[in-house]
Amino acid sequence: MSSVPAEPAEPAVAEPAAPAGAAGPPALRRRRAEASLVIGACLVGLVVVLALVSFAWTPYEAGRAVPADRLAGASAAHPFGTDQYGRDTLTWVMCGARIALAVGVVSVAIALLIGVPLGVFAGMTRRGWLGALVMRGNDLLLAFPALLLAIVFSAVFGPGTGPAMAAVGIASIPGFARVARAGTLQVMSSEYVLAARAANRRPPAIALAHVLPNIGGMIIVQASVSFALAILAEAGLSFLGLGTQPPTPSWGRMLQDSQQFLGSRPELALWPGLFIALAVLGFNLLGDGLRDRLDPTLRGRS
Amino acid sequence: MPGFLLNRALQYLLTAAAASVIVFALMQLLPGSAAQVALGTEATPEAVRALEAQYGLDRPWPVRYFEWVGGMLHRDFGTSYVTGAPIAPVIADGIQVTLIVVIASIAVALALAVPLGALAALYRSRPLGAVIGAASQVGIAVPSFLAGILLVMVFALGLRVLPASGWAAPIEGLGAFASHLVLPVTALALVQAAILTRYVRSAVLEVMGRDFLRTARAAGRTRTGALVRHGLRSAAIPVVTVAGVQLAALLVGAVVVEQVFVLPGIGSELVRAVSNRDLVTVQGIVMVLVLAVLVLNFIVDLLYPVIDPRVRRGA
Repeated sequence: MSSVPAEPAEPAVAEPAAPAGAAGPPALRRRRAEASLVIGACLVGLVVVLALVSFAWTPYEAGRAVPADRLAGASAAHPFGTDQYGRDTLTWVMCGARIALAVGVVSVAIALLIGVPLGVFAGMTRRGWLGALVMRGNDLLLAFPALLLAIVFSAVFGPGTGPAMAAVGIASIPGFARVARAGTLQVMSSEYVLAARAANRRPPAIALAHVLPNIGGMIIVQASVSFALAILAEAGLSFLGLGTQPPTPSWGRMLQDSQQFLGSRPELALWPGLFIALAVLGFNLLGDGLRDRLDPTLRGRS
Repeated sequence: MPGFLLNRALQYLLTAAAASVIVFALMQLLPGSAAQVALGTEATPEAVRALEAQYGLDRPWPVRYFEWVGGMLHRDFGTSYVTGAPIAPVIADGIQVTLIVVIASIAVALALAVPLGALAALYRSRPLGAVIGAASQVGIAVPSFLAGILLVMVFALGLRVLPASGWAAPIEGLGAFASHLVLPVTALALVQAAILTRYVRSAVLEVMGRDFLRTARAAGRTRTGALVRHGLRSAAIPVVTVAGVQLAALLVGAVVVEQVFVLPGIGSELVRAVSNRDLVTVQGIVMVLVLAVLVLNFIVDLLYPVIDPRVRRGA
């Protein structure tokens, strides 16, 4: 559940004996990346739309519980049925999208705003020991997987969405710092940076004018993948009862509540589970598709 | 070689020491002492002071930090302020269950991922490759606790062939032990296998482009034969790295899966301690988990020279 290291770029392989007339592997690869991008964007779009619509309209109020309707199956009034308190499951799934996205946005923002400057600094500094120190600190953070740090935060600060966002964000810093440093090292060895340095441009100016635009693509890919991991971590934490607290709807919490009724009302687990999986799948596919488009190290290789 | 090992070992020791400071410092962040937290907000100041004195919490933090670390080196994790019982046996009992589940899971995951990933690479432009790729993409998106819930629905509540929850130690009978192990291990292993399959596929693809495989093909080996005979060792390097990282992730993921199956593992103890506001126990368990992550990464580092002769020669 903790960070999955960035997957190695798929190498271009000379495929032996491609059937005549069929599209060669590079074209195939491109088509798959396009498909990833489109499907990923659609799934992410679906979750975003659900969350946005939930602010303006939900079938019922999130807090509305009608005990007489408890554990009802799907019907015209409740397309997804109701839970053990008689709350509308569709309403809760929609509002749960808010929390999933909020945790993703805030934690990715934390990780990006801290990790990218650290990584760029570690890649640009000419004092080798300083760069090494930053990366050692990074390794230290890697010893604290997101979910573990989130559990610690909930023990110290009390359970809640805020500590969960902070913990997942901090635990995601190393991923951004690594990607940013690797990209920066590559850019720094280029001739235009050499020219900029010869023209006596200051390091911050070089970072803004040359480094950031060039590593932007990789950072966006990392953000998409981190977003998926953040949703997973929040769902796990809320499932443990240590994340988002009732009465705020969250998918992980819904899964936890559903456990007592698995035998009689399995759909109570299936709906939030389906949306967790769709959201994570969406951000992962989006990351894959974007990687192919944006990562300069892949350009021209396929 | 010995220099490389010593260097890495020293680095890991330093990281472990720094991690222990972080874990300890996090627990000091709370307004009020651990005694206050354990007793709750209604406790009288006298009661809090008495508990603080009893456990030495009134002493300065460096003293308490070194006492905690010194104790851990002697397998003494202190005493819980909430239950009044020593913490070390709780951790020892829990980690046994968790390790059994985690090690079985990574073994199953690798047994699935290596052949599937290699197939996905060999058949990359045919339907089989696409199917494996899509299945692993979906598998990654399913958190292991959700996989656990789905497995319980099908195999415990639907087909009634396996117990939905609980644990049996091996001495209580191997049949009971195995039947309680199947679902949690499957839940963790399926998700891990999905992640590892993608890395195996990438690694095998990378190797397939190398000259030595073309030479082997030219020498008359089939594509699969050349890959199995010459390619797999090379492909194993990135896969072992990821498997090490994933083993650590599994350990933490097991925390959640233990809740699904009500397993008496270290994760259940951790969640119970957090709910009881038992900070000393939380501190001990978190430190053990962080150490486990570090040890696993160290073992992966040690494996490089075994798999890759170039590292052995110090290239």
